[in-house]
Amino acid sequence: MKKLLILGAGTAGTMMLNKLYNALDKNEWQITIVDQHETHYYQPGFLFIPFGIYSRNDVIKPKRDFFPSGVNAIIAQIDKVEPENNRVLLNNNQVLSYDLLLIATGSRISPEETEGMKDKLWHKNIFDFYTIEGACALKNFFKHWEGGKLVLNITEMPIKCPVAPLEFVFLADSYFTGKGIRDKVDIHFVTPLPGAFTKPKASAILGDFLDKKNIKLTTDFSIGKVDNDAKKIISWDEQEVPFDVLVTIPTNKGDDYIKRSGMGDELNFIPTDKHSLRSEKYENIFVIGDTTNLPSSKAGSVAHFQSEILFENMLSFMEGREPKEKFDGHANCFIESGFGKGILIDFNYETEPLPGKFPLPGIGPFSLLEETKMNHYGKVMFRWMYWNFLVKGLELPIESNMSMAGKRV
Amino acid sequence: METVEQKSIILERDADSNLKNLSDWNKEVAVELAKEEDITELTERHWLVINFMRKEFKEKGDAPSIRRLTKESGVETKELYNLFPKGPAKKAAKIAGLPKPKGCI
Repeated sequence: MKKLLILGAGTAGTMMLNKLYNALDKNEWQITIVDQHETHYYQPGFLFIPFGIYSRNDVIKPKRDFFPSGVNAIIAQIDKVEPENNRVLLNNNQVLSYDLLLIATGSRISPEETEGMKDKLWHKNIFDFYTIEGACALKNFFKHWEGGKLVLNITEMPIKCPVAPLEFVFLADSYFTGKGIRDKVDIHFVTPLPGAFTKPKASAILGDFLDKKNIKLTTDFSIGKVDNDAKKIISWDEQEVPFDVLVTIPTNKGDDYIKRSGMGDELNFIPTDKHSLRSEKYENIFVIGDTTNLPSSKAGSVAHFQSEILFENMLSFMEGREPKEKFDGHANCFIESGFGKGILIDFNYETEPLPGKFPLPGIGPFSLLEETKMNHYGKVMFRWMYWNFLVKGLELPIESNMSMAGKRV
Repeated sequence: METVEQKSIILERDADSNLKNLSDWNKEVAVELAKEEDITELTERHWLVINFMRKEFKEKGDAPSIRRLTKESGVETKELYNLFPKGPAKKAAKIAGLPKPKGCI
């Protein structure tokens, strides 16, 4: 009996578990999945918590609800992977050997990477919204806040869901307008990038949205430290931005076991072939989602598109053939823009986000790089699709590789 | 395509206005490229970073990120920003005659 081991039961790991479980001969392959947490978080929902749109219960379910029966699921921390010995050591002293390993342990925030970030103002005036704790703490802060300087700062790239910071300021504009105190809140978007987003065309269009919504934009700002007493962030080249409340996107890193295993780059992301999704170094290790060092967005939609390619490639490997399917870097992101509207972008490694209609050319119903109510409904509907289709590994009606149909060049 | 006159050689540039051909680079070209970035003099510390970047590129096929620069070159982030104001990784790569690092998206 051969052993397939999956590390990580988040969006990508759970999707792959379900796809592979349904395809594999149970007399031939034994599947084990490892994760340190019992709870599955719908991470795209964290964004909505500070504004009271979702509550904690909307974004959590037990991981076990998504594990098929007969799968060996272990809740434990990973100590390290020994790729040369084809085994994984767990913190509970268990040792798991494997014939084929899939790594899907994601990315997490590391506020401790920046001087003064996780200090006396942490979760008092400085918040993240990439954890359930941060999002809930910020919700409580906003409830009683009477206005002042709201600064959103991205520490460094890459980050998980690169559109989330923009969505955050758009939603803040909408939220404080609804509360009747928008005139008392200065919203300031501070980024290390040269524009509002990573890709030039979308960056220009999204930059216009910031302008229209009276959100100040500061670019090329690389944070060096936080001054907790003076309440300001200071860049490496001595620019200063004062805040009353700082919403930070801290440095994103892969899990520390990757460092202990000597398998990652300087941010603990694993060097991965950007087309086949196989580890660059080890033939029997595949990597999916945020854990990879791919130059694609770290997002659930990307993991979903990768999963279909990876599924074929892992089956090929199991049958002794070369993995031939190629991932093209496809990403598809609904951007909440406030006031019940949204913007949609669709892009890959080679093609930046373009205007047009999606997924049906000329029809939609969604509009690319435009602000519409329908795009917002797409985002709202997505949570239901996520719990009922996506993590269960069921098909969604979107091609895994990007299509140019419906796009205006 | 942007080009620059350099001792009667026209040097081809890529979309980011970095050198298109690595072989066009030499120390004099570096000095000229530095001037375009408003760096009037290349000190010993500048050269330490530039040489490190070229070595990394040769070995790994990509110019290093700021994080990697700090960790491996022995030059602190603060000093990197003093040497190459605004974007150390991006600017040092340009002056070293390399394409923009992939990490700088």
